[in-house]
Amino acid sequence: MAVAKKIPSILSKQISFCPGCGHGVVVRLIAECIEEMKQEKNSIINVGVGCYSLMTPSVEIDRFDSLHGRGAAISTGFKRANPDTLVISYQGDGDAYSIGIGESVSAAYRNENITVITVNNTNYGMTGGQMSATTMPGQKTTTSPLGRNCQTTGMPMKFPEMIASSFPEVAYVARGSVTKPAYVNKLKGYIKNAFEAQMNGEGYSLIEVLSPCPTNWGMSPVESHERVNGEIEAYYPLGEFKLREEK
Amino acid sequence: MKVIVNDERCKQCGICAVNCPKKAISFSDVINMKGYQPAVVDDALCIGCGICYTMCPDWVFEITGE
Repeated sequence: MAVAKKIPSILSKQISFCPGCGHGVVVRLIAECIEEMKQEKNSIINVGVGCYSLMTPSVEIDRFDSLHGRGAAISTGFKRANPDTLVISYQGDGDAYSIGIGESVSAAYRNENITVITVNNTNYGMTGGQMSATTMPGQKTTTSPLGRNCQTTGMPMKFPEMIASSFPEVAYVARGSVTKPAYVNKLKGYIKNAFEAQMNGEGYSLIEVLSPCPTNWGMSPVESHERVNGEIEAYYPLGEFKLREEK
Repeated sequence: MKVIVNDERCKQCGICAVNCPKKAISFSDVINMKGYQPAVVDDALCIGCGICYTMCPDWVFEITGE
């Protein structure tokens, strides 16, 4: 017996991402979780600067385009002014880990009661595919045409592991992916856990999502999914790094 | 009909077709407003599992539940 599945009503218009981009799936999962928790009138999505800034016209809940990298800091302000509101900071790897690493870490350090969702596609997608902190060793980008040299640029950053090990009081930390049906279903569980943790006042929650970027990787959408499932998933293990504690 | 296809949203990325367990998804010959050939679901093969809904990044598919 087939189960009916409807696109959430808060997603009215189509978003104009590239074909095969993973952002569309993440946005839909967030909308599904908001709808299931009946928080449509009581949530703010705080969008950083990146390709995903294109989603703001399509998501019909309160939303805000924050300064580049400052999503976690601005979400802190929203949450402190409206403690009962579901505050989501939606960022990318360049936004949260490169330009805004100070704000991202500080929000976790203060154990601010917000949810940060970062989408990691291993480059700066919006500006044309430059090398970011999460670019894989040897990956060719427009600013590393011979492949990333980790001798001089360091190894890719593992932000969720860093938060989970440095700040053990945070509520929930996990990494998911959008490249297999099972992963998408798991990711929805992670996002729901994070939202529930926030609504129960348990503290900071962070979800990283591995997402393909077919345009900047120079691959077809299907090839880019294979790359995430192979090389990228091997370096960035999926799963939960900090589980919620029963209160 | 088990699946509604909003073909104006489709960008022909092919992720639905690769993940469909029954290989029921192909691409139309008709070009949509964006210039892509949208996905078409073969109703005879479709089992209404919803994997196309789960994987589609452009919100093309809706499962009716029939």
